[in-house]
Amino acid sequence: MTPLLSIRDLRVAFRTETGPFEALHGLSLDVMRGRTLALVGESGSGKSVTAQAVLRILPRSAAITGGRILFEGQDLAALPPDGPAMRAVRGDRIAMIFQEPMTCLSPLHTIGDQIGEALRVHTGASAREAAARTQEALAHVGFPDPERALRTYPFELSGGLRQRAMIAMAIILKPALLIADEPTTALDVTTQAQILALLARLQEEDGMGILLITHDLGVVANMAHDVAVLYRGRLVEAGPREAVMRAPGHAYLRALLHAVPRFDMGPGERLTPIRPARAAIPEARPPTRAAGPILRVEGVSKTFTLRAGRVWEKPRLVRAVSDVSLCLEPGRTLGLVGESGSGKTTVSKMIMRALKPDAGRVLFDAGSGPRDVHALADADLFAYRRQVQFVFQDPYASLDPRLSVRQILAEPMEIHGVPAPERRARARELLAMVGLEADALSRFPHAFSGGQRQRIGIARALALEPRLLVLDEPVSALDVSVQAQVLNLLKDLQAALGLSYLIVSHNLAVIDYMADTISVMARGRIVEEAPRAALFRNPAHPYTRALLAAVPDPSLDHPLDFAAVTGDHSDPARWPEPYRLGLDEAGTMVAVEDGHRVRHGAASGRRAA
Amino acid sequence: MTGLVLRRLVTMALTLLLISALVFFVIKLPPGDYLSNRIAELRAGGEAASVAKAELLIRQYGLDRPVWQQYLMWVGLMPGPAGFAGLLQGDWGWSFEYDRPVAEVVGDALWLTLVVNVAALVFVHAVAIPIAIYSATHRHSAGDAVVTVLGYVGLAVPGFLLALILLFYANRWFGLSIGGLYDAGFTGKPWDGAKVRSLLAHLVVPTLVIGLGGTAAMIRRMRANLLDELAKPYTVTARAKGLPPMRALLKYPFRMSLNPFVADIGNLLPHLVSGSVLVSLVMSLPTVGPLLLDALRTQDQFMAGFILMFVAALTLVGMLISDLVLVWLDPRIRLGLR
Repeated sequence: MTPLLSIRDLRVAFRTETGPFEALHGLSLDVMRGRTLALVGESGSGKSVTAQAVLRILPRSAAITGGRILFEGQDLAALPPDGPAMRAVRGDRIAMIFQEPMTCLSPLHTIGDQIGEALRVHTGASAREAAARTQEALAHVGFPDPERALRTYPFELSGGLRQRAMIAMAIILKPALLIADEPTTALDVTTQAQILALLARLQEEDGMGILLITHDLGVVANMAHDVAVLYRGRLVEAGPREAVMRAPGHAYLRALLHAVPRFDMGPGERLTPIRPARAAIPEARPPTRAAGPILRVEGVSKTFTLRAGRVWEKPRLVRAVSDVSLCLEPGRTLGLVGESGSGKTTVSKMIMRALKPDAGRVLFDAGSGPRDVHALADADLFAYRRQVQFVFQDPYASLDPRLSVRQILAEPMEIHGVPAPERRARARELLAMVGLEADALSRFPHAFSGGQRQRIGIARALALEPRLLVLDEPVSALDVSVQAQVLNLLKDLQAALGLSYLIVSHNLAVIDYMADTISVMARGRIVEEAPRAALFRNPAHPYTRALLAAVPDPSLDHPLDFAAVTGDHSDPARWPEPYRLGLDEAGTMVAVEDGHRVRHGAASGRRAA
Repeated sequence: MTGLVLRRLVTMALTLLLISALVFFVIKLPPGDYLSNRIAELRAGGEAASVAKAELLIRQYGLDRPVWQQYLMWVGLMPGPAGFAGLLQGDWGWSFEYDRPVAEVVGDALWLTLVVNVAALVFVHAVAIPIAIYSATHRHSAGDAVVTVLGYVGLAVPGFLLALILLFYANRWFGLSIGGLYDAGFTGKPWDGAKVRSLLAHLVVPTLVIGLGGTAAMIRRMRANLLDELAKPYTVTARAKGLPPMRALLKYPFRMSLNPFVADIGNLLPHLVSGSVLVSLVMSLPTVGPLLLDALRTQDQFMAGFILMFVAALTLVGMLISDLVLVWLDPRIRLGLR
């Protein structure tokens, strides 16, 4: 069978200030009709450049310097990039979907307009025809109300629906080849599973070839027919999925497989980073431990008010968090899991005292007895700020680009009155703790990679010797190759310094690797809480089960059950008895086993009584 | 939407009232006023008859009363010697300097000002937008470099200097009379075909001079905005769809880059009146700018007050227009209202 797309000896070079930089050194690969080729590699390996080269939408500074891209009898590499021949291919025969469905759609145009546009450009369809076909396409990709959807704007949709709209735009002309560049990286696991299921279904129906670019080996194991592994612009491994994943020949793929948290890891098994960082963590300074839990959250609730548009309208209320209680023992890690919108970030902000709860208390015990965080004032509050620090999700946005690393590390100490000579010594010590060289002090954030920046962020959080770190999705913005590095560093720091962690994430594998106890949040409520082992051995709540079932596992023996991912799992009214909750119903937590509790609805309680 | 407009109109009225108070008290800050200064002058010259006339005017305009009463009378919230006769009633007051009603003095100047500056505005946009698009899409090309250098020259050349040079050559090559917005012979004549033709011919130089700096600035800003938008993923999406480059550019990044300019309309309108004073003086254009300057210098209080209020009203109207256009242009703002 002749391949649908055949790339031969492709070379792409970027013009840079230091001379040409070759991003692809003679890449050859084939995509077959009706099959999915997964292109795997870390950031900078040339995955996205390959996709852009095929569509001839490379950035202006890049150019194809050699090789051929054969597709339906044409060499795309030889066509002028913006000429009519290439434009006829783009969007019609080859379509593409991207990672960030928010930024890839224009916020000023309705999705109906943006999707129908592809049709109108290529077929000259009238506005009416385009609208009708767009509506069909939207229904096809699973929009609940396609007619209304035509007139909605991207920012009115959830992340999952936006990506469905992108897919509708891509498939409206039934392309022969679909290029998907990290199509699910920005989505929750459950939404990811739904989008993957949709792509698999569309492929089955139309027999299109898919070039799937991803760094997630779990996605590869569940989606790919064939796998190609890129490393620094070269193909290091290629072949059918079974062969490649079961017996990875190249050291790089083997390393990649051991660098991501998996569910089948043995107790105490450590991840093996691809590039180990040498951190010099000082010998433990035993902290004076509180007798009880270091942090107790007692029944906090938070309601947000949406501004009403008209004067006479009542403002709408949104319950973000309802009656959440948490308990963290000193030196341990508590994991808070949930989909986006479940309220987990709001809880972490209330612990940081960035938001004030409408009801409930946050108690922090620094060794001198529990005190209500929101009742602290002046000196006590100042001391509390020192004890609790935050590590942010996005290492790019959370470091001021105009401050040097020395200034970034010294700023918290300056605020808390640490004398200057001590600050300098401590900054060097902090850098060593997170495995960075001392010459990093005088450099600025842009000189560092994402993983290095996140380590600077961790060093900043440690500057004041806190007792509690709140980690909000600490690795979800990082490349796979450095996630292991950062997670291991956090574990080592905890062991050495006796830190307590509250880790907030939607990635269950990360939570599984890090946490001692786990609380699962849905729609602003805790629905299940348990020690780590118990939760993964015996998940009771349907929401927890749905989250677990949606995580794609890199092992070929645990495929995702696409039929099971429906999207019903996040609606409390559709949970099966005894978990079903009515509107605004609180339900009660019921013990399943020791330390493992799950929320039941009131209806079941009445029947039991 | 109607709710928004109504709310905005009410706040606009309140803002205008506040501004009127501010304007009036700032004008009254220097000691004395036009008439008392004049009376002192006349007394020194021993002209008793004129003194009597000036004193009559003082009583007629209530200048002998406390400042707050004078303010209320000027606005029209308090009856003066001639009953309610203030801004609210459409009586703009008396210009002592010209010894005529303000409305009469300002008359033609008001709309000529608008004509000159609207012409400059159209010129700025018509020239700047295509150049900025070219410049952004051909970044670092020879054409971009040429346009950039010309733009900096345009920014740096003082308007009045350019005005003098252009006037000289316009006179030498086209025989255009120097200064003014029409040939001196048409002054005071009714607006007929010949006078309008003369106006159009005389508009060219002021338009160029007033518009040049703005054009250069707008090219720079538009180019920077467009470059930002061109790097956005949705621009790539449009290309990946197979849209022709120019169509993709105009529909997505260009439209996105318009927002800051629309938001700027509020600043543009008052700038039309007060921004070109220097050029108007040099070219002796019969516009409002020089009148305002004179009125402020001689403490011609009603004249100055009226022009300042006019500029303030233009600012508020501009802000309202820009907000309404933004609501219409940007669904994020429009739907945020709901």
